[in-house]
Amino acid sequence: MSRKEEKRRKREQMIEENGLIFLDGVSKLYSAGAPALNGVTLHIKRGEFVFIVGDSGSGKSTLIKLLLRELTPSAGKVWVMGHDVAKLPHRKIPKFRRNLGIVFQDFRLLKDRNVYENVAFAQRIVEVPSKEIRRNVPNILATVGLAGKYKAKPKQLSGGEQQRVALARALVNNPSILLADEPTGNLDPKNSWEIMNLLEEINEAGTTVVVVTHNREIVNDMRKRVITMKKGVIVSDEEEGEYIDED
Amino acid sequence: MKISTLFYTLKQGFKSIFRNKWFSLASIATISACLFLFGLFYSIVVNVQHSVRVMEEDVCVTVFFYEDTTDARVAEIGDLIKVRMEVSEVVFVSREEAWQWAKDNILHEYADGFPTNPLEHYQNYKVYLSDVAMQDSLVGYLQSIPEVRLVNYSPLTASTLTGVNLVIAYVSLSIIVILLAVSIFLISNTVTIGISVRQEEIGIMKYVGATDFFVRAPFVIEGMLIGAIGALIPLEIIYLIYNKALGYVGGVFPNMTQKISFLSVEEVFSVLIPVSLIMGIGIGFFGSFNTVRKHLRV
Repeated sequence: MSRKEEKRRKREQMIEENGLIFLDGVSKLYSAGAPALNGVTLHIKRGEFVFIVGDSGSGKSTLIKLLLRELTPSAGKVWVMGHDVAKLPHRKIPKFRRNLGIVFQDFRLLKDRNVYENVAFAQRIVEVPSKEIRRNVPNILATVGLAGKYKAKPKQLSGGEQQRVALARALVNNPSILLADEPTGNLDPKNSWEIMNLLEEINEAGTTVVVVTHNREIVNDMRKRVITMKKGVIVSDEEEGEYIDED
Repeated sequence: MKISTLFYTLKQGFKSIFRNKWFSLASIATISACLFLFGLFYSIVVNVQHSVRVMEEDVCVTVFFYEDTTDARVAEIGDLIKVRMEVSEVVFVSREEAWQWAKDNILHEYADGFPTNPLEHYQNYKVYLSDVAMQDSLVGYLQSIPEVRLVNYSPLTASTLTGVNLVIAYVSLSIIVILLAVSIFLISNTVTIGISVRQEEIGIMKYVGATDFFVRAPFVIEGMLIGAIGALIPLEIIYLIYNKALGYVGGVFPNMTQKISFLSVEEVFSVLIPVSLIMGIGIGFFGSFNTVRKHLRV
């Protein structure tokens, strides 16, 4: 067995035993003061749909940044898709991130490019042939209900539509995990539900979905696994859980 | 890297110039202004240096001999002078040539009053210097030759030209260094500001999984293009100004062009074009390369 195959086998074994996302006693200290995360241990299995909830300062965003390898833990280990992310060298981070779809509250679209180019960009960086890009991008735009708006610039779209573009960009490379950081934070209830329904469909198609949110109504109605955080620790982790009131 | 990725990267570099047209215009204007000043100053300095060099070429030392020196010995001394390192050229002026020169330039019709050549003992060497600063050493050598009666030279001209040369060299070097430093500072700042505005764009690309190369390449191509355009504009302007100035000076002050020698446009631009392009493209390349690097640690 080659070294590459051996590594792949070990990663698969890691995923099998501990889940697609595994945090093992993870702490994160930014500077002097209370830690943003304090000894967090968490397993998320392949194909799960998980809500992470909690007040501002509870450590949700730090958690997402650790999963994206934007940050490294001060203590403990973060395993994503069998990779110890802290050990990933800088040059390997891009390839690692291509297996993660990411959606932000503020959409983070390339403002000077149209809908098609924003989605195609994600395929360009993985060097998908142009012919395939021309086929894949319209397909994914149709999935998120934006087939007719491929020429529009982000500023010509509503918040809901912009988030759909971000979702299309996150999904076009078929990621194993979709991380959504407050995906409905800037949307009205109708658009929020449309986005959440799309996320559910994506999850049903096999993608692991992790959603950080403040939206009590959505969390309570969807009856998914809910992890509640407070001051850097997990205070509750329930299957078919509800948004727990902090007070 | 696939060919399609290379073309995509190049295309994005071109497109970026138009997408960020205000930043592009500001950068091009800054580079143009700096390189215009540099080009203008360079054109003036090389012409002044050239004129001084031409003047130096005219500076010569004249060597006269005692009456009893044989022609063979004069020729021998001529050979000795020619091999000296201070000497660029030695011209022998015979008795006849000396008399002819005197008739043509001084005596004119009065020359007929002289039945024989009065300059029988005035055969001489005109010795031209390879470097006017070495005049003293050459004169010392010539005066040490027993057969040499007189050495005519102008210590003031030599020292003045040497002084002017030194001043031009120091002043031009200082101004070029200052201009270069100011250009690099201004251009890097403009590029830095332009790219910092697009920090979010770089962040998005990195989140989606773009490699450092993929993010950086369009910025670098954009920087190099802006540098090239920023260099070509002042070159074109200086070319027009230089041509006009040459024509104007030649037409209005014809005497000046006899005394001062101007370099042709081709001579000036054979250096100015590559230097300006290398500066413009180089600053565009390094400015964008370094600035993007600061934002890649996402």
